[in-house]
Amino acid sequence: MTSGLKPKHQRLVLVLLALVAIIGAGTLAAWALRNQASYFYVPKEMMANPPSPDRGVRLGGMVKAGSLKTDPDGVTIRFLVDDGEAEVPVKFSGIVPDLFVEGSGVVAEGHLGADGTFVADNLLAKHDENYVPRELQDMTEAQKRMAIEETN
Amino acid sequence: MAAELGLAAMWLAAALAALQLVAGAMAMNARADGTSELAPLVRPAAVLQGLLAAFAFLSLIYLFAVTDLSVKLVALNSHSAKPLIFKVAGAWGNHEGSMLLWVTVMSTAGALIALVERRLPEKTMQATLAAQGFVALGFYAFLLFSSNPFERLPTPALEGNGLNPLLQDIGLAFHPPTLYFGYVGLSVAFSFAVGALLTRQVTPDFARAMRPWILGAWIFLTVGITAGSYWAYYELGWGGWWFWDPVENASLMPWLAATALLHSASVLAARDALRTWTIMLGVVAFSMSMVGTFLVRSGILTSVHAFAVDPERGTFILALLAIYIGGALAVFAFRAGTVAEGERFSITSREGALVVNNVMLSAILAIVLVGTLYPLLTEAFDVRVSVGPPYFNPVSAIFFFPMVAVLLVGPLLRWRRDSLARIRPSLVIVGLLLLVGIMVALLLSPIGILPGLGLVFAPALAVASVLPLRGRSLRRLPLATWGMVVAHLGIAVALFGMASESAFSEERLVAVQVGQTAEVGPWKVRLDGIQPVAGPNWTALQGRMFASYQGGREIEIDPQSRSFWVPPQQTTESALVTRWNGQLYAVVGNEAGDGKWQLRLWWKPFVTFIWYGGLLIALGGLLALVGRVIADLKRRHAKGRVAQRRKEAKA
Amino acid sequence: MNRWFILPLVLFLAFVGLAGYMLTKPKDEFVESRMIGKPLPEFALPAAAVDRPGLATRDFRDGKPRLLNIWASWCIPCAAEAPQLEMLRRQGADVVSVAIRDRPEDVAGFLAQYGNPYSRIGADNLSVVQLGIGSSGVPETFVIDGQGIIRYQHIGDIRPSDVPTLLEKLQEAAK
Repeated sequence: MTSGLKPKHQRLVLVLLALVAIIGAGTLAAWALRNQASYFYVPKEMMANPPSPDRGVRLGGMVKAGSLKTDPDGVTIRFLVDDGEAEVPVKFSGIVPDLFVEGSGVVAEGHLGADGTFVADNLLAKHDENYVPRELQDMTEAQKRMAIEETN
Repeated sequence: MAAELGLAAMWLAAALAALQLVAGAMAMNARADGTSELAPLVRPAAVLQGLLAAFAFLSLIYLFAVTDLSVKLVALNSHSAKPLIFKVAGAWGNHEGSMLLWVTVMSTAGALIALVERRLPEKTMQATLAAQGFVALGFYAFLLFSSNPFERLPTPALEGNGLNPLLQDIGLAFHPPTLYFGYVGLSVAFSFAVGALLTRQVTPDFARAMRPWILGAWIFLTVGITAGSYWAYYELGWGGWWFWDPVENASLMPWLAATALLHSASVLAARDALRTWTIMLGVVAFSMSMVGTFLVRSGILTSVHAFAVDPERGTFILALLAIYIGGALAVFAFRAGTVAEGERFSITSREGALVVNNVMLSAILAIVLVGTLYPLLTEAFDVRVSVGPPYFNPVSAIFFFPMVAVLLVGPLLRWRRDSLARIRPSLVIVGLLLLVGIMVALLLSPIGILPGLGLVFAPALAVASVLPLRGRSLRRLPLATWGMVVAHLGIAVALFGMASESAFSEERLVAVQVGQTAEVGPWKVRLDGIQPVAGPNWTALQGRMFASYQGGREIEIDPQSRSFWVPPQQTTESALVTRWNGQLYAVVGNEAGDGKWQLRLWWKPFVTFIWYGGLLIALGGLLALVGRVIADLKRRHAKGRVAQRRKEAKA
Repeated sequence: MNRWFILPLVLFLAFVGLAGYMLTKPKDEFVESRMIGKPLPEFALPAAAVDRPGLATRDFRDGKPRLLNIWASWCIPCAAEAPQLEMLRRQGADVVSVAIRDRPEDVAGFLAQYGNPYSRIGADNLSVVQLGIGSSGVPETFVIDGQGIIRYQHIGDIRPSDVPTLLEKLQEAAK
């Protein structure tokens, strides 16, 4: 790889190098995305087809009324996330937004533990009473009504 | 009156942009010997267009400053009782105003190159200004047809609607324009690239003409990203400083492309190599700005950063994007093959190292782009995913660390051809540092692979970045070289901060009663009391705490948890204690029962180095920019003198 | 090698196609009423406050367009939109309302604290009217024309920037 190379060859080497790196990056990205992208579940899907514990996923639904409990340490909460067809127990350690309440919509980021409890690292709760997490749009009308009844 | 004048100025400026486009295109297509009759119009049109756009923008600022409530935009976004600085900042704190700011900066930049840039062949300049006019024309159309900032209300409003104190934030007022300046600088680089490609004049002069604009854009982007990162760290209360959120990626991607472009342009300027590649990067860098703007403004991806979104505007931006970038890439596809071959170089040379830098940066850019767009792709198939740090961190690191490894030696190499034997002493120093780093990292284990690599490379890079100064007269060293040294040092500093933060951060999440103490790292934090406090439109619970470092003096900190009414929103006001070796980060949460309160505490060693590093990088860019501009002026002056002398000799 | 240069263009066009397709997909996060353009269902609600009459479907059939506000004293955004409702009232809008699942004493307290822009307040203790007109939460505001036809739905609290839109829709409904 010295100046003995013909110009044509040098250019070819450069283009090949760039192509290999970019295609490598693309392939690597595609492969990593398959493994690392975090999929969205509603409780029904999570019960039917539980993700493995080492996968980061998101769980969305309504916080079931009457299910919110705080552990004695004061910072761990447990509640059930419900989509009208199934419910998943969730555990979260941290500071929840003030307006995260029973009956509100929530999206929990975390992973499903081996014991069937979803361990959340982060809770996203919208404070608007009207907000339905975008992922819940697919709920049926009946489920929505149910959620509304619970909210009210 | 001011509104009508502003609107008229905008229409005139749009007409001039059209003239600039047509005249420039005709001048470019004129036969080699003849010149088009319109050609002399191009530069004056660009200058006048810049002046008119600036006038329109100043009219808008005036309307906001005097709170003219008959103008819809003012009535919606301002209020007579606002402090003046926020009235003025309100002019660009909304969609219409920010678009006008964008086009103003772009036209002013066009006017500036029309006035001063004389190095390039006139045809290339005409083509460049035509491209600049073309891009500006699209934005004028956008403003005039779908977001007119000067629209009047049928009856003037009694009072404005924009007294939201939440938006009266000095950071919010100046952060978006910073990024805009960066984007616009890249649009100038884009016009240069298109002009050079159309006239096949991809020369070192072209790179030199383009370089100050890339540097300027890059400095603004660096500052914008650094400030945005600190804002997210401080304001979101999650203790993180980078979330790989679409809005953040939208600013990172143009930065990555601009960094690559900066380096490839310096190869082209110094050695006349990497011609097509530099053109390609010029197009890509501006595409990334437009893609970023599109993703952020269209609301097509969801983000933690609130942003006013509007699908209709998104459609417009997408159309502009398709025309400009699609057009430029089509020209590239047909013309790039005809650009003459550049100079050759050996792989062990400065050029070789810079090629590695470019390839790695492009790979990282591809990874960030793919990760950001992936949710969009899956959603088209009704699968909803989100992509976060578990993807971005390791995958980009695969390309980042090899790049840093090359960065250790690259600046030491000579242009064209060099041998590693020549720089052996420096190699030995860097190698020893790496070895020591590895041993220290192993001793400190367990730490993660990525933070570990960061801790190994950061000190070696810090030393390697100043090695190019060795054996050179510091006083006679060009300013641009200082810029390079400082910027590379900044990378080392920021890398150290990131690695240290992720390797050594300690977190405590506890519920304590008033009077009790929580420990985190070397800190003891005592909760002294919780009291309610109120602001203009919020109420908050404020924790009064006393923190002491290793049993030293107690420092009072008061984190708050604020609830706003209009719009209903909760924010966390974290409290920070900054020491030279890190930050204590405290957040107060909710009541946990039995008189206990939730506290979240972090001790983040050397976290501030991340932003110091960012600022150093920007400072390096500034030094390089000043150095380049001074050198250009000197050269022009010398040229002028030579020409004058020749004239005199002739006479 | 020339044909490689077309690769960026191809990738870019793929992106534009995808983005364009995604833009055309509706992106509404709200549950929109299917009742727009249809007449109000029949109802007659008792008064929820002592100084205002209750609300029934026939009250809408006098030829005058109205704003129908769905609210509750326990809802935080409803308090946030109170000044905007007052502003609408002062600009000539007739605002009637339905209080959802509320107690009279709470309603009275809310009105005393945040003002009372309503000319009528009906008490809907079972959310019957709310669900009947296709509202999925509180607050929501509907524009009803003089024949009792639902013309427009505003979901969520009324921000100051929404006031002109609502006035405009009211004017349209008057035609």
